[in-house]
Formats: sequence, structure tokens, C-alpha cells
Amino acid sequence: MKKYRLYFTLTLNHQLQYRAAVYAGVLTQFFWGLLQILLYHALYISNPAASPMTLEQLASYFWLQQAFMTLFMTWFLDQDILDMIATGNIAYELCRPIDLYNVWFVKSMSNRFSKALLRFFPILIAASLLPKPYKFLWTQPPLQLIFFSISLISGFLVVVAFTMLIYVLTMLTLSPIGLRIVALSLMEFLSGGIIPLPFLPDHIRRYVEWLPFASMQNTPFRIYSGHISGSGVFSAIGLQWFWLVILLLVGKVLMQMALRHAVVQGG
Amino acid sequence: MIQLKHISKTYRVSKREAGTFAALKNLVHRNTETVHALRDISFSVKPGEIVGYIGPNGAGKSSTIKIMSGILVPDGGECLINGKTPWKDRKAHVKDIGVVFGQRSQLWWDIPVIDSYELFKAVYEIPDGTYKRNLVSLTELLHLEELLKTPVRMLSLGQRMRCEIAASLLHNPAILFLDEPTIGLDAVSKIAVRDFIMRLNKEMKTTVILTTHDMQDIEALTKRVVLIGKGEILMDGHLSDLRQRYGRRKKIVVHYHEGHFTDTEGIHILSNEHNHVISSVDTDLIKVNHAIEHLCKDAVISDVAIQEASVEEIISSLYREYDI
Repeated sequence: MKKYRLYFTLTLNHQLQYRAAVYAGVLTQFFWGLLQILLYHALYISNPAASPMTLEQLASYFWLQQAFMTLFMTWFLDQDILDMIATGNIAYELCRPIDLYNVWFVKSMSNRFSKALLRFFPILIAASLLPKPYKFLWTQPPLQLIFFSISLISGFLVVVAFTMLIYVLTMLTLSPIGLRIVALSLMEFLSGGIIPLPFLPDHIRRYVEWLPFASMQNTPFRIYSGHISGSGVFSAIGLQWFWLVILLLVGKVLMQMALRHAVVQGG
Repeated sequence: MIQLKHISKTYRVSKREAGTFAALKNLVHRNTETVHALRDISFSVKPGEIVGYIGPNGAGKSSTIKIMSGILVPDGGECLINGKTPWKDRKAHVKDIGVVFGQRSQLWWDIPVIDSYELFKAVYEIPDGTYKRNLVSLTELLHLEELLKTPVRMLSLGQRMRCEIAASLLHNPAILFLDEPTIGLDAVSKIAVRDFIMRLNKEMKTTVILTTHDMQDIEALTKRVVLIGKGEILMDGHLSDLRQRYGRRKKIVVHYHEGHFTDTEGIHILSNEHNHVISSVDTDLIKVNHAIEHLCKDAVISDVAIQEASVEEIISSLYREYDI
């Protein structure tokens, strides 16, 4: 366990160096969140009855989305890992007495977590200072907060487990670009990263909600705002765990295959 | 200790002509070619040996190293290292080996060297005592004191390579694979690395397998040389045998004031300029003292020097002989 913890902290320390990126990120995400809320506000005013979420629910959804963006952005891949595969530096990782899947999992977790760590707090603080109904509400029932935390972590792990599939497939195909463009933009949409899933037409939403992508940011953010509540919370978290297990298993199996067939690039 | 039997490996390489049209065509139909990187490689290495594994670029040296270090799975054949098959028992196997790839880096680019070492300590589960001992002795042998706290990106290539080698030895591996460890290094760093490898082999009895294009590495470090070309082992023997076989040609250099020089059986004049004659002498055909006599008989000479064929020359005549 200690080795994975070290991988985690090393990546973390490494990421914490980039201060300018953090300031810029906080600022961009704050305004982006504000714009999105204003946009949906306009839609909401034109026909409140047609909106599947209340304005307060939307506001907390978007603020959480901006605050925790680095945990959930599906289009973000660890450049270190991709470079390692493309240049063949993976050779060194392979001669360590350590499970490559676990190392990469921990690394990508740490990479995303470190980015979120510095960003989420200032964004949420700033957002909570805004007037109603745009403001972010800190005060939610404790139980709701507990479920939100569980679901946040689970959703985060689902995202990492999913990106692991992309790394492993990159090992097999070597060209991450083709895969990335197709898969990642689709994923971003299906996970509710562009528009919240409740806004999709019913006959599409019904299927989309069962996909692993819906188990990413969609679940925790809607639990926080109370849009998913009651027994719905348990089935939503259950679905997250289901997908987490499936993705982990598939990823590990694919990794074994990749290691058997992969060719380390370069002499 | 190390035993390879009939190892073979093929790669599929996709090929296309240059240009946009070919690139478009390539989208529909891909031409792949099968390249036999290794065919029927067999050799064995005893504990404590240093083996030089040489061959031209693309001969299969790195592929063999990758197979032995458990990174690459061969298509066929057996490989037993310390009683384990590298690609089947990967995790157990890599604990016993250290690998240095001269062209790659295992140290984290932006953080001090010592942080990477701490990570390897955890990864290899090295006990505190062993780690400290090894770190102290490696630091001393490779002169790392100044380097350990420096971020890797600030190190010169020679400094980094010393740190890389130390990183591969923190866990006391019984076998060390060095894939071109001296590539790109200056003379001083090369000598430092060679001295270190010698000492390691002598003091720790570490088995070393070394690939290199630098024949001075071979000359300084190895007694045994394995030559690979086009995926096959062409020769496996001692450097001294090689010398006898390919080193029978010597060069005799004569500095003279006046005189003339002619070819005779076993002597070939290579050049004659500025009162300076270089001749190639085949010692099977003519004894060295007779050759000197022949060269000196019609001349007033100031100096004579006899040069042995360098390892460089021996190897290139080997490459020529095997047409690789």
C-alpha cells in the first residue's frame, strides 16, 4: 500500500507546483459557471414549468460542476501516461515489481485530485456570496451531504476507471488521438458535462441514465441539490458501484492482454 | 543464472509510401510486413559474468534485453532467469534485476533525484538499513552528493546517467541489464561509469549484461562477447579469441628520413606520406621481426611503432564477415 501512497503524494506534490494554472483555472471556472447559470436562468424564465430542475438545483449543479471539474472532466487524460506509452518509457514502469494498472490508477487519481484540491474551495466560497437564486447553498441536510460525499468519491472513481480503459486501449492501438476525439466528446455529453442529463428528451434520457457516464458527475451533483432523493439515492449509488466494479474488471483484463501483446516502442 | 533457449520474436511493421495519397490509401488498406526481430536465440550466462552483447542497430539487442527483463513476451522459446520465466513471473522476477536503458529516463523529471529514490525504495520494498547502506555506497562510488537534491531536469546527461544507474541498483539486484549505458556521455563520464561497473561486478558479484556500440566499453569491461545480427546469434566467445582470429593483422608505422618501401608477401603498404609509412602486416604470412627487417632495409628510419588491431576494427571486420 505504501508504494501507491507514495505515487499518489509524488504526483500531488508535482502538480501543486503549478500555481498560475490554479489561479487562472479558478477564475475561468467561476465565470463559466456564472454564464451557464445565467443562460439556464433565461431559459427558465421563459417557461418555468418545462424545466426539469429548479433554478436553485441548477445553480448548485453548475457550481459543483465547476468546482470539481478536474475530478470529472472525461476529456482530461494524464499526459505523462500517454507520453510514456508513445515514447516507450513505459519500459521502466514494466520492470518494477508493481501492478501497472494500479500505479496508473493512483497516478491519474492523484493528478485529478490535486487539481481539484486547490480549486473547489475558492470557487464554492465565491459562488456562495452571490445573490439568490444564483448562489451556491452550503447548507444541506447532513444525511444528504454524506450521500453526496459517497457518491462524489464513487463518481470520481468511475471516471478514473473509465479513463484507464483509454490508456490501455492506447497501449494496444498506439494512437490516442483518434480514440480520444470520438470517445471523449461523446462521454462528456453523456455524462451531463454539457447539459445536465434531466434536460435530455425522455426517450433518450431513459437509456442514458443507465450508462456508466451517468454514474460520473450526474449522480453526486443531483444528490447534493436534492434532485435525486429518497430511495433513488441508494439505487443511484448502487449503479455507480456496479459500473465501478465492471470498469475495474474490464480494465484489469484488458491490461493483462495489452501487456502480453504490447510492443515497447523505440530501440 | 540466465538461460535462453530458442527465443524468437516477430513484429508486424506497417509500411507506407511517402505522401498524402499514400496516407489516404493507408486508411483503407494497411500494408504490414512481418519482421523477424529474433530467431532462435540461445545462450546462457553464469553468475558473476560480464557479457557484452553487441551487434549493429536493429540486430535485436534491445528486444533480447526487453525479453530478459520481462517487458516483452517472445513468440516462442524458453527463458529462465534465476529459475523464473520473466514474462510469467514478472513481479517476482523484476525484484532480482536492475535495468538501465541509456536512452530513457526512470527518474521523475521535475523533482529532486532523492525523491525518485524514495519512491523506488517503497516500490521494491527495500528495508531501511539496506537502502541507507546502498545509497551511501552508491553516492560515494558515483559521486552523487551534489546531485541528489537537484531536480532531474537540471542535471547534465552524464550526471543524470550516473543517477539512473544508481537508481537501478538500490535494491541490490543480482543481475544488471545495461542497454547502452554510455550513449552520449563524454570521456570522463564514460570512464566513471565503466569503473563503477567493474567494481560492482568485482565486489557484489553482480552479473552484468551490457549492450553498447562503444567498443571501448567492451574492451574495458567484458571478457565474453555475444554477437547478434539480423536476429541470430552469430558468435559467442572470448574477446581474446576474437583478437587471435581477427587481430592477426597488425599495423607497422615507420617514420623515416629517406628511403623507399615495397609490398611483399604479408606486407601491404597502406600509405606513404610526409616521411611516414603505414603498412598492414598479416602475421600468419610473415613474422613481425621479418616484416620490420623488410621495411627498414632500404631506408634511414627515425621511429617504428607496431599497433594492434583495435576492438573497433575487429568488430567491423566481424560485421563485414557476417554481412550484417
